[in-house]
Amino acid sequence: MTTQLEAAEAPAARPADSDWLHRRGPGWVVVMRKELAEGLTSLRFAILLGLLALAAAAPVYAASGAIRDAAEGASGVAALFLALFTIGADPVPSFVALVGFVAPLLGIAFGFDAINGERAQGTLPRLLSQPIHRDDVINGKFAAGLAMIAVAVTGMMLLVAGIGILRLGIVPSPVEVLRLASWLLLTIVYIGVWLSFATLCSVLVRRAATSALIAIGVWLVLSLFGVLLAQLVAGMIDPSGATATGTGALGHAQLEQQLSSISPNTLYSQATTALLNPSATAVTVPGLQQLIQLSQQIPTQLSLDQSLLVAWPQIVILVAVTVGCFVGAYVAFLRQEVRA
Amino acid sequence: MAAAEAGAPLVEATHLTKRYGDFVAVDDLTFRVGAGEIYGLLGPNGAGKTTTILMLLGLSEPSDGEARVIGLDPARDPLEVKRRVGYLPDSVGFYGRLSGRENLDYTARLNGLDPTESTARIVELLEQVRLTDAADHPADTYSRGMLQRLGVADALVKDPQILILDEPTTSIDPAGVAELLDLIQSLARDRGLAVLLSSHLLSQVEQLCDRVGIFSHGRLVAEGRVSELADRAGDPGLSLDEVYRRLAAQAEEERRDDAA
Repeated sequence: MTTQLEAAEAPAARPADSDWLHRRGPGWVVVMRKELAEGLTSLRFAILLGLLALAAAAPVYAASGAIRDAAEGASGVAALFLALFTIGADPVPSFVALVGFVAPLLGIAFGFDAINGERAQGTLPRLLSQPIHRDDVINGKFAAGLAMIAVAVTGMMLLVAGIGILRLGIVPSPVEVLRLASWLLLTIVYIGVWLSFATLCSVLVRRAATSALIAIGVWLVLSLFGVLLAQLVAGMIDPSGATATGTGALGHAQLEQQLSSISPNTLYSQATTALLNPSATAVTVPGLQQLIQLSQQIPTQLSLDQSLLVAWPQIVILVAVTVGCFVGAYVAFLRQEVRA
Repeated sequence: MAAAEAGAPLVEATHLTKRYGDFVAVDDLTFRVGAGEIYGLLGPNGAGKTTTILMLLGLSEPSDGEARVIGLDPARDPLEVKRRVGYLPDSVGFYGRLSGRENLDYTARLNGLDPTESTARIVELLEQVRLTDAADHPADTYSRGMLQRLGVADALVKDPQILILDEPTTSIDPAGVAELLDLIQSLARDRGLAVLLSSHLLSQVEQLCDRVGIFSHGRLVAEGRVSELADRAGDPGLSLDEVYRRLAAQAEEERRDDAA
């Protein structure tokens, strides 16, 4: 008995096993490895890759003409390589817009059945009767889901970059590479928001189908009707502002903006604009003082750290939302009975 | 091994009670199971057997009373208890896309077992539950009986001191039941395990159990060897089903008297 216990407590003392799947680690790492092994061969992952491949290929082919025009028209266009990701040709949106659109769906697809799926399969009591904490299950599944999506998104981004370099002969500058890398991180955080929200749904709702519907419903409401709702609520709070001019209109616009900032979609698109558009000096509606400053400003290119500063509040809120969903999922899961 | 010295009970419930609001699922339950003993927790569905088991595993917190498993309190020290107790849940499930072997391997890793040792152990266990041929097929393709046998192997992967089986015989055919019970019995004997099994099919498990506790509406209405209980119910030749019926009726009457 003692030898077994010691072995269990000192896993690091053993020589590393060649098969990474069989190496031991803390509970959440074991859960993550298993989820990865199962997930990478799943239909779900194949669909994810297919979706992202479409999102990558379509804009690059459709927009290459537009990008060439931009390149020819103005040698002064700074950050031309970024245009590869941000320019779309009419029916087809840009890569960035497409990723922004499918990212929440990916997060939901990998999280909506995290816990209730185990329940439905009858594996939850067996899993929880092993010597791991309940949060190990949530952490492991979240880490595995995020890792899979992140790898796929990164791969597709590299694909777009590769096609751009080969077909259009545009070579990125180091700053552009850094901007894209920080946008990639932002996107992964954004996917994490939806993954953690879907995980929360999977804890709270017993049926996987219901949980998926709720998560997708919330996403639809926020992305399609978010602006509409913000206008509606702003109109109720400040009825005179909608028709006012001058400072009144400005205040109304700011109120609307603040309301729509509740939606992660808005936050993500604001931060995206800041990171991928070096001339964006502000992504929210400015106050009167700022407006005067902005009107006197000479159009300029921000350096990356200045752009990051512009996007920083949005990133912080996105992380906070993720943390909030996580805490909710932990607490709900801890209080739940193991059986249905 | 200190906690498992001769005579010391491996599982001990003292005045264990679980309430959900006004509903009392388990009412003042006291019993013990010693090493090498097979104890049957018998009673109809909804009598509180699964709730009792979940409290013993630290998966549900008792409202009152105390559980001790190998001298540990499952509510305070659940991980240590789970490390030493093998559990086969009611209608056990496995990851369908993984093979039987991979499923067991996952359990071994969750227990932090040494990979080389556990691999050999899993081979041996699969042999014992006669799943060697199907070991590398996806668990989706297994029959209910095979899943149940895989569940027994799964509970034994961590080399437990106590084996808890919740309704191990439901949804398998009679031949499968006999085979499974034989398997449980020989395992308990060979390994000196304490076995706690719950069942609502009394006749199936009566030969297997050293002692049984009869459960009704969250209460333990009788406890002892099957022959003793038959004596107490008034006829030594009675089957356990009949014994149960009589004792449960008696308990029900007493309960009504108490209430009146």
